[in-house]
Amino acid sequence: MSFDILVSICVAYVLLLFGVAFWADKQAERGRAGWLRSPVVYTLSLSVYCTAWTFYGAVGYAARSGMEFVTIYLGPTLVMVGWWVILRRLVRIGRSQRITSIADLISSRYGKSNALGVLVTCLAVLGTTPYIALQLQSVTLSLDAFSQSGSASDPQSLRNTALLIAAGLALFTIIFGTRNLDANERHHGVVTAIAVEAVVKLAALMAVGMFVVFFVSGGVGPTLQAIDASPISSWDTGADRWATLIFLSAAAFICLPRMFQVMVVENSDERHLATASWAFPLYLLLISLFVVPIAVVGLSVSPEGSNPDLFVQTVPLAFDRNALAMLAFLGGFSSATSMVIVAAIAVSTMVSNHVVMPIWLNLREGRAALSGDVRHVVILSRRLSIAGILLFGYLYFVLSGGGAALAAIGLVSFTGVAQVLPALLGAIFWRGATRIGAAAGLSVGLAAWIWTSFLPSFGQTGILTPEIFAHGPFGIALLRPHALFGIEGLDPLVHSVFWSMVLNAGSFLAFSLLSAQTPLERLQGARFVNIFQYSGGTRGWRGSAVEAEDLLMMTQRLLGASDAQALFRTEAQRQGKSGSLPDVTPAFVERLERELAGSVGAATAHAMIAQITGGVSVSVEDMMRVADEAQQILEYSSQLEAKSKELENTAGQLREANEKLVALSFQKDSFLSQVSHELRTPMTSIRSFSEILMEGESMSAEERQKFSQTINGEAVRMTRLLDDLLDLSVLESGQVMLNRQEDMLGAVLDRAFVATGQLGVEATMVIDRNGSDEKVPVRTDCDRLAQVFINLISNAGQYCDAPEPCLRIHVHEIDGRHVVDFIDNGSGIPEESQAEMFEKFTRADDHRAGGGAGLGLAICREVMKRLGGEVDYVAGLGGAAFRVTLPGTESAAAGRVG
Amino acid sequence: MTETRVLLIEDEPNIIEAIRFILSREGWRVDTTSDGGNALEAVRSRNPDLVILDVMLPNRSGYDILCDMRADEEMRDIPVMMLTARGQKKDKELAERLGVSTFMTKPFSNAEMLASARELVR
Repeated sequence: MSFDILVSICVAYVLLLFGVAFWADKQAERGRAGWLRSPVVYTLSLSVYCTAWTFYGAVGYAARSGMEFVTIYLGPTLVMVGWWVILRRLVRIGRSQRITSIADLISSRYGKSNALGVLVTCLAVLGTTPYIALQLQSVTLSLDAFSQSGSASDPQSLRNTALLIAAGLALFTIIFGTRNLDANERHHGVVTAIAVEAVVKLAALMAVGMFVVFFVSGGVGPTLQAIDASPISSWDTGADRWATLIFLSAAAFICLPRMFQVMVVENSDERHLATASWAFPLYLLLISLFVVPIAVVGLSVSPEGSNPDLFVQTVPLAFDRNALAMLAFLGGFSSATSMVIVAAIAVSTMVSNHVVMPIWLNLREGRAALSGDVRHVVILSRRLSIAGILLFGYLYFVLSGGGAALAAIGLVSFTGVAQVLPALLGAIFWRGATRIGAAAGLSVGLAAWIWTSFLPSFGQTGILTPEIFAHGPFGIALLRPHALFGIEGLDPLVHSVFWSMVLNAGSFLAFSLLSAQTPLERLQGARFVNIFQYSGGTRGWRGSAVEAEDLLMMTQRLLGASDAQALFRTEAQRQGKSGSLPDVTPAFVERLERELAGSVGAATAHAMIAQITGGVSVSVEDMMRVADEAQQILEYSSQLEAKSKELENTAGQLREANEKLVALSFQKDSFLSQVSHELRTPMTSIRSFSEILMEGESMSAEERQKFSQTINGEAVRMTRLLDDLLDLSVLESGQVMLNRQEDMLGAVLDRAFVATGQLGVEATMVIDRNGSDEKVPVRTDCDRLAQVFINLISNAGQYCDAPEPCLRIHVHEIDGRHVVDFIDNGSGIPEESQAEMFEKFTRADDHRAGGGAGLGLAICREVMKRLGGEVDYVAGLGGAAFRVTLPGTESAAAGRVG
Repeated sequence: MTETRVLLIEDEPNIIEAIRFILSREGWRVDTTSDGGNALEAVRSRNPDLVILDVMLPNRSGYDILCDMRADEEMRDIPVMMLTARGQKKDKELAERLGVSTFMTKPFSNAEMLASARELVR
């Protein structure tokens, strides 16, 4: 077969895949995805797990290590059979959180930490690159096997072929892998093409297998005999290596970026998992069925030293079955391309989302939100990432020299991506897992993997020197790549997996326990771990824990006893129960929640019911709703508060006004009562004496005269009282007319003394005045001022209790204002009376005949207030001392005197 | 029959003179005091047949004096005629609660006052 035909067939096959992918995309665009989203396609797409490594490598693996290759299928089988435990969670989380990659899942769970995203992306790139190199190598080798028929070709042409293939795959991936921006919009074209490839590789391997069994070996029986005779069937693998390999393949099945892509991101229906849980193991069984026969026959028919990895192809060629060999080649080609395409899509999404875009956005410094070209940038960055990843793969292929066995490279990759497992399991099962813990686990695991597995994979003479393998770096024996911490004798793979996973999981646990979660981590942790309680619309139902009474009690608190009981009784009747308590069914709880929502709001009702029913089903939306309602309640209550404050103020003002009114009313009552009393006293004398006079008998003229005088005196007293009352009332109401004129203070005082009769021979006390001090001009209502002076002078005359009464008038200045002090030499006013003596009806002592009614000082105070001055009692000047402060400056006085 | 003795506790000179004049004409003996502070002592020492008591007194109110008299073994039975310029109902009620014999509002009619006084000393 010529190389040209081979390449033509190859190109034709690739064109077919293009066609399938294009057609499927078109179908999906028209909304007729239909069976494209069937469980069968989903299951077939999972076969990206079976790469060229499986196709070619398994046979080589079997030829070299016997039955050990089975472990590579056992791990995924266990994961698929136990899909309920892990995969279902991952798929649900992926869908509800719109997860785009495994890096995204880790980042999202741990508080949307991009650092973690970058870490996982690095791990993915490192783990995927050798794997892509592996695919390139297998395709080039198989192509080479055709053209050269066994003998090695020159390395340069191999590299050229590999470069061509890498470029072609990059093109395909870019065209069909970056049509849509959103990873959640599934790549129907790619998935369908991969499903086709899955069929091709299975068919090819089975065809070769049948050929080997039925044509080469001559039936099932002889084949089994040949197997028995061959060393392949011997089980000389240690239990530790078995267990490690099964664990590793299971971990890789979950953690491989491409597996996560087809299993979680491309999943269109959670139920497909149920089908895949048995269909995919079946696929694995079929594809591994003929591995051993092919290996056994290959070993027997191939010349010594031929590459067992290529038995699938070289065995048909050895029997000149070119068509079959061609089919085998296409099977291998399919395996390789499907892996590369999906891995490139998955890893490019990570690189783009977690590395390129954050950097680009940082460089743009916030301008991104304003420009409309972000979408374009994202697609461009994904395309460049795809090209970059394939370039990396190609470079690794060139660097590693294509010499290492396929299976070994595969296991290095597996160990690398398995480092994500602790953080991933923690993400979906352990709410206490923290960002710090995940970062620590991943970093430590990554380091351990690079040191014990990745770097040694370049060979004893690659990056690490034999010196390091033998004695450790810088002679530190504890750090020897294959004998970490001095533990020797372990299989290198077991050693690497053991140490990387132990260190990884240990750091993850320790740092998670030691560090605190951010609020976002806590929130996301709850959503991830309790994914089945959060999603799906209905709450996570745990009816057993619920008591109807509890619900009733809560409902009563919200609706009131009678309404709540009626509600429950109605429900009980609806359920056909005789009592008043219904069974707590989900339907009833939903109904009850709606009922309660009417009074406390939907979110609160939901939260309260959830508290009692035990389902902790509070999503971010729920919390937002609670927050919103709380906000509204807050606003409403602050409005109420403002209103109530307003009312309180009004009430306070009313209360004050009322108190004032009550006080005024009390004042009025007591005033009237006092007036009545003051009038009744003279009236009593007048009535009594006038009655005596009217009787007229047995009375001397003297007595008659005396009684008449008493009557007259009391009448005068009453008149004066009434005058004072009227005067006070006018003054208090502010209706007094002031007659302002200019005079000298001395003259006003003179008039006051004349009026009181305290001048010359009539005087009852000594008056001490200093005429020069009194030369002060006053401009005010001088009659009113004189009235005040008269009151003070007659008070002194009336109440001064000194044996030789003396009144001193002292005019001086205080703070620029003129004051007139009236100081007598009596015993003064008792301190307790000083405060109230300016009030109405207050007298210094008991009544005296013809005494005032106690209005004098009250009138003085009112008058001085009107004039713009003051009158006060001054204690401590010896005797009773009253100080009249004259109205201030011209303008001030004018201002006050209306 | 011994002379009827009246103790007048009042601080308004003109009213004292009027009452003294009216009761003296009856042949009664009228003693007076103007100070509320020593009024109770005056009652105790003179042991009058009738006490005429003003309410508004210097130093001590007529109600306090009445209250103390009614609480005192010796003075409990002395009739008390209360005179006040405050004619309000509550004043009268208070006086009656304290055990006043007669309550009169100023100004009073001489005849009425005399009739009440006669009633009380009989």
